Amino acid sequence: MIPDPNSLYGPLDPAPDAGWSTAPPRMGFFTDTSVCIGCKACEVACKEWNGVPGSGLDLLGMSYDNTGALTANSWRHVAFIEQPRPAGHRTPPFAGTPTDGPVSAASAAVAAGTSGRTGTDPGLPTGAPSAAARMATGGPADVLGAPIAAGRGGGGPIAAVARDNGPVAAAPRDIGPATADPGDGGSGPQFLGMPGAQPPGRGSGAEGRTDFRWLMMSDVCKHCTHAACLDVCPTGSLFRTEFGTVVVQEDICNGCGYCISACPYGVIDQRKDDGRAWKCTLCYDRLGVGMTPACAQACPTESIQYGELEELRERAAARVATLHERGVPEARLYGHDPNDGVGGDGAFFLLLDEPEVYGLPPDPVVTTRDLPKMWKRAGLAALAMAAATVAAFVGGSS
Amino acid sequence: MAEAHPVGFQWVMEAKRRGAKVFHVDPRFTRTSAVADSYLPIRAGTDIALLGGVVRYILDNELDFREYVLSYTNAATIVSEQFADTEDGDGFFSGFDPETGSYVQDSWQYEGHEDSSGSGHTAKERDTAAGLRHESHGAEVGGQTRRDETLQHPRCVYQILKRHFARYTPEMVERVCGIPQEKFLELAEAWTRNSGRERTGMLIYSVGWTQHSVGVQYIRTGAIIQLLLGNMGRPGGGVMALRGHASIQGSTDIPTLFNLLPGYLPMPHHADHPTFDEWVDSIRHPGQKGFWGNARSFAASLLKAYWGDAATPENDYCYGYLPRMTGDHGTYQQVLNMIDGKIKGYFLLGQNPAVGSAHGRAQRLGMANLDWLVVRDLFMIESATFWQNGPEVATGEIVPEECRTEVFFLPAASHVEKEGSFTQTQRLLQWREKAVEPPGDARSELWFFYHLGRKLREKLAGSGLPRDRALLDLTWDYPTHGPHAEPSAESVLREINGYDVSTGRPLSSFGEARADGSTAIGCWIYTGVYADGVNQAARRKSRHEQDWVAAEWGWAWPANRRILYNRASADPDGNPWSERKRYVWWDPDKGEWTGYDVPDFEKTKPPSYRPPHGASGTEGIAGDDPFIMQGDGKGWLYAPSGVLDGPLPTHYEPVESPVRNPLYRQQANPTRKTYAHPVNSVNPSPPEEHSQVFPYVFTVSRLTEHHTAGGMSRTVRPLAELQPEMFVEVSPELAAERGLAHLDWAHLVSGRAVIEAKVLVTDRLTPLRVDGRIIHQVWLPYHFGFEGLVTGDSANDLFGISLDPNVLIQESKVGTCDVRPGRRPTGTALLDLVAEYQRRAGIIPGRNAPVVTTDSDGEGRGDS
Amino acid sequence: MFMGSLAWEGVSGMGLRTFIEGWPVYRQLTGTDPLGRGAAAQSVRSAELTARTEDADSMARSVCPYCAVGCGQRVYVKDGQVSQIEGDPDSPISRGRLCPKGAASKSLVTSPLRQTTVRYRRPYSTQWEDLELDTALDMIADRMLAAREQTWEDVDGQGRPLNRTLGFSSLGGATLDNEENYLIKKLFTAMGALQIENQARI
Repeated sequence: MIPDPNSLYGPLDPAPDAGWSTAPPRMGFFTDTSVCIGCKACEVACKEWNGVPGSGLDLLGMSYDNTGALTANSWRHVAFIEQPRPAGHRTPPFAGTPTDGPVSAASAAVAAGTSGRTGTDPGLPTGAPSAAARMATGGPADVLGAPIAAGRGGGGPIAAVARDNGPVAAAPRDIGPATADPGDGGSGPQFLGMPGAQPPGRGSGAEGRTDFRWLMMSDVCKHCTHAACLDVCPTGSLFRTEFGTVVVQEDICNGCGYCISACPYGVIDQRKDDGRAWKCTLCYDRLGVGMTPACAQACPTESIQYGELEELRERAAARVATLHERGVPEARLYGHDPNDGVGGDGAFFLLLDEPEVYGLPPDPVVTTRDLPKMWKRAGLAALAMAAATVAAFVGGSS
Repeated sequence: MAEAHPVGFQWVMEAKRRGAKVFHVDPRFTRTSAVADSYLPIRAGTDIALLGGVVRYILDNELDFREYVLSYTNAATIVSEQFADTEDGDGFFSGFDPETGSYVQDSWQYEGHEDSSGSGHTAKERDTAAGLRHESHGAEVGGQTRRDETLQHPRCVYQILKRHFARYTPEMVERVCGIPQEKFLELAEAWTRNSGRERTGMLIYSVGWTQHSVGVQYIRTGAIIQLLLGNMGRPGGGVMALRGHASIQGSTDIPTLFNLLPGYLPMPHHADHPTFDEWVDSIRHPGQKGFWGNARSFAASLLKAYWGDAATPENDYCYGYLPRMTGDHGTYQQVLNMIDGKIKGYFLLGQNPAVGSAHGRAQRLGMANLDWLVVRDLFMIESATFWQNGPEVATGEIVPEECRTEVFFLPAASHVEKEGSFTQTQRLLQWREKAVEPPGDARSELWFFYHLGRKLREKLAGSGLPRDRALLDLTWDYPTHGPHAEPSAESVLREINGYDVSTGRPLSSFGEARADGSTAIGCWIYTGVYADGVNQAARRKSRHEQDWVAAEWGWAWPANRRILYNRASADPDGNPWSERKRYVWWDPDKGEWTGYDVPDFEKTKPPSYRPPHGASGTEGIAGDDPFIMQGDGKGWLYAPSGVLDGPLPTHYEPVESPVRNPLYRQQANPTRKTYAHPVNSVNPSPPEEHSQVFPYVFTVSRLTEHHTAGGMSRTVRPLAELQPEMFVEVSPELAAERGLAHLDWAHLVSGRAVIEAKVLVTDRLTPLRVDGRIIHQVWLPYHFGFEGLVTGDSANDLFGISLDPNVLIQESKVGTCDVRPGRRPTGTALLDLVAEYQRRAGIIPGRNAPVVTTDSDGEGRGDS
Repeated sequence: MFMGSLAWEGVSGMGLRTFIEGWPVYRQLTGTDPLGRGAAAQSVRSAELTARTEDADSMARSVCPYCAVGCGQRVYVKDGQVSQIEGDPDSPISRGRLCPKGAASKSLVTSPLRQTTVRYRRPYSTQWEDLELDTALDMIADRMLAAREQTWEDVDGQGRPLNRTLGFSSLGGATLDNEENYLIKKLFTAMGALQIENQARI
């Protein structure tokens, strides 16, 4: 009865491991962000099929993202990241235009202070402005440094608060959320949410923004091979389906919330009205009759691809190779590796930047990795209790 | 395209996967730019300068597809020696009549045809948007033309084109558009290199292109490039218009437009078309080549469909029943007439002008001055509640207790609650099956108009007034079914298709149309959609079960052709230009045209056919003339008639522009339609003074998450939450200049209105260096209004009313404004602010600045 | 989560033996899923789950009502209500895909904000009131005839026929069916009404 440690860590075909002796091939999503156009059809198609309630009418200012995060009321979430980085355009989009420095980091930092009423708990995370700024500048490697502030003589969007900034001083309101961030390291420049005071076009051009790219990515539950949410669920509401996916059974969930903190991706969330946890089911009902999940069916550009995970992994590897050949060396896969901390994801991604840029953890680890050690103490006792319960039922009915 | 037509965009992504290069030109970096190979920021309203630069690049480097150009276009045709170009006229072609602000087109004609343009100015054509009728066919032109196959004659079209665009250099493109030269050259080089025998390039525009005072000429410039590069009538080529409404193509073909009857037949004009014969001759132009020569059959058959037994050859098929135009009866003229109390009633059928039309305040004031208004919609839209919740109620301009407009709101059936056909953007008709009954009082327009007509006829029964005959003689006997007596949509489609009057047999093609009263056809270009009594638009053979042309999915007009003028996909001898681009070709063994599509050519006319001297109509079309709806069978690089503002596109500044036209002393389109009305105004542009009061350029367009005026998206929860608030996108540089902060408020002021929006400071907007100056542009979505789940000020309120002369479409993709931090004032203070700006800008409402600016000594005169 | 769940629903309808065999803990202890994370944890509801498109009463082949691309839609109906709208995979135009607007079509047609009764605002009134549909139709017809009567133009200044009224206008058609536009144009033209316009002018 003591599980093989492998059940909780390392490569595994999860459906047979979960008792589906005649399981069909494991099914999953491959989301290729290099062809995502950010239309959000996935978000809507998901809501229409699954009857997911509304998730708030707040302008978040996170580029075109007004959903904010995966929540109990948003099972697909399209992230938008504006970055002053090369995008594989033949010549940079703004080359030769009379630009000053980029502002994406500052805007993202301001947006990080916004929140939305999603009707869920914990709902949208209130982001750290500096973390948001890092996303918008392109990965952890160039945090607030090189592309933004350096060599710009303070003329860029990120500048010392004390700097005399002309019109900025006249509109100080938005400095608040961007700068009041003492708990966030406190180092590096602070954000005004404002561009520099230097009149545009006066610069030499060398300091102006020329490169730009707009990353879009449809996020979803990862349907981990080793799903901590499932491991910690005390009611059996979260379970592994025959397709290898992880589903919350709404008729079982009692709203205890253990799964929320267990998820290494921050996917799971509860609805405030009924208290239950809700997330992507990979359209379990559709899969059962051979249909494609609603989001993948709607996706206009095949950014979201659904299929047998093995086949998707091959397809994804080929796509990365193609992109590398075409001069997109930053293309990389995320969540595809069965040897990663969650044994690989059933929903994995092709990204064009570091995972953190998209708000994804760089190295997720199943939070129940060390559970087997505990089982030796707890397992037998629990099973004994369960057996006693069965006996009580049988006895009581006869 | 990714923004407004995401599912269509899958084919661009498909092409990209196969190696196509995608260039995106837009004032702002959009979701399309994000996946394009190259993005070119452009100053709104300068597309002709950019495309003209491409034309020059092609001609200068002799990169045109010479064999195609020689055989299939009018490049070799000799133009009248009376013609004078804008390059010699400071922005004017020969023939300008300052009195009417329109051109006399005699001098634009082909040599020897100077008299065929119809003498006199073209203000009447402008007022009646006559250009619109060329959606199905070219304008009139002499059939026999003089040509110089060497293209060396100084007055051949090729040489005229070369001279006309000579100054549209990369430097000029940069100077006008703000596009750096290297980016422009990258585009021009890629476009030309990917065109020719082996490759085709496609030009895609969304209909924002039409919303300019030179909108038609934008598209003309694109067509010139595509003809020069041999990209017309071939797979993967063409100029593709991405239209914005489910059946806007259908409502143009079967027009709910004042100047057209079905199939692009013109609505008669009181002076030009007093008789049936004169009306028909004005359409078919006796002696002209091409299929339009059968116009008499189409016209007679339409009247026969309308008036049935009452329409006879003896009474000219009741031609006398048709109402007559006397001038401009377009929607903007109507709105001004409403304000002036000249119009009593107004029907709104699934349209929301209070948000969606230019100059929202004029729209709402007009509606507040009606006797009655009928709104048929799914939702309580702004155009139904302006008297209660509109911004003019807040300013005191509309007082509900004093507003006399009687409003009927009638709920409409949705697309799943009725059956019928939509015509999508590529002329494809697709039939929708009815899924459920409409709820409550909701009814289809078919139901509403059928029963309204029935009631009207009942009320007039027995009338002896001649004016009532047209209504009483109308064929109006459609079968009905169901609990609400819904008329049969298929029976209407059958009438649209046309039938043999004596047998009732549905016609198979418009070739069967007769002028003797034996056929009735509701819309001749749609004939065939009900061939053999089968609803061809309802065909849904899976794409998996047919080839990539998918000819058995729906039905495309004309004759189920998927690519128009596809004869051009073969060379003059009838062979495919290349194996890769094989599409339609001549099969000499069978003696007929064949291929993947329905050939857009007479099936058995061989490539070697040459018309006998003096032949007209279809007989006049040679075997190597692919453009069979044109009067000379050729693609027009140069348009001797049909386009009112010039035979060639010319860069004019938008009506509201912060810069002086760098190319000509004539600032803006001299033939544009203007309205001098107290409610209307135009912000000053150079050479006028005070243009600096409105220093910024603004442009508007769609978001993926919303639809037009928001009536079908701000009311729908999963869409409303995706874009929940009105916002304005500004560059970091403008934000600095004006003290705007991300997510804070700003307000925008024009000479018409002030609106507020949340600020998005984004790197996706950039200032441009234009003619040595920095020009800032801001972008707004135009979806917001004051009703629905999410609300906001309407961007279209900022615009005034100035129209393209060819089709009377308003310039609502570019204007000038001021941008200020903070919220707008409310109440009368809002009116005061607009008045203050008008005073500072020297705007006198109702008075337009002079149209002709060549006499002015304004700044930056251009380099001519 | 070593405890199986107590799936109470459905108990009454089952025999005891079936119930026990169906009970997750029993399955967990006797089946292939000793940890109760998969097969054994599946609830009765989950086991019986099927796509609602499967038990639809009917399916209509339709076309998206938003832009002019013309994406194919399949409209599923259950008990007289639209239960799902999704892309039609057979369509050579859209290949089963939809944008967010097309994907929201079910919410559009079933929106609680849809107005489903006739509303009437009297002149100078500050509020809406109800009106019978047939009465409304009758009133509208009367107003059209009156406006036409007041503004009819037989001939121009030179005696040439005009046969028209400029007394009322119409705007709309781009969202409507071809058949509807045909009847609208036909009726208005026969009434002599010229000022018929739609989005194609805008």
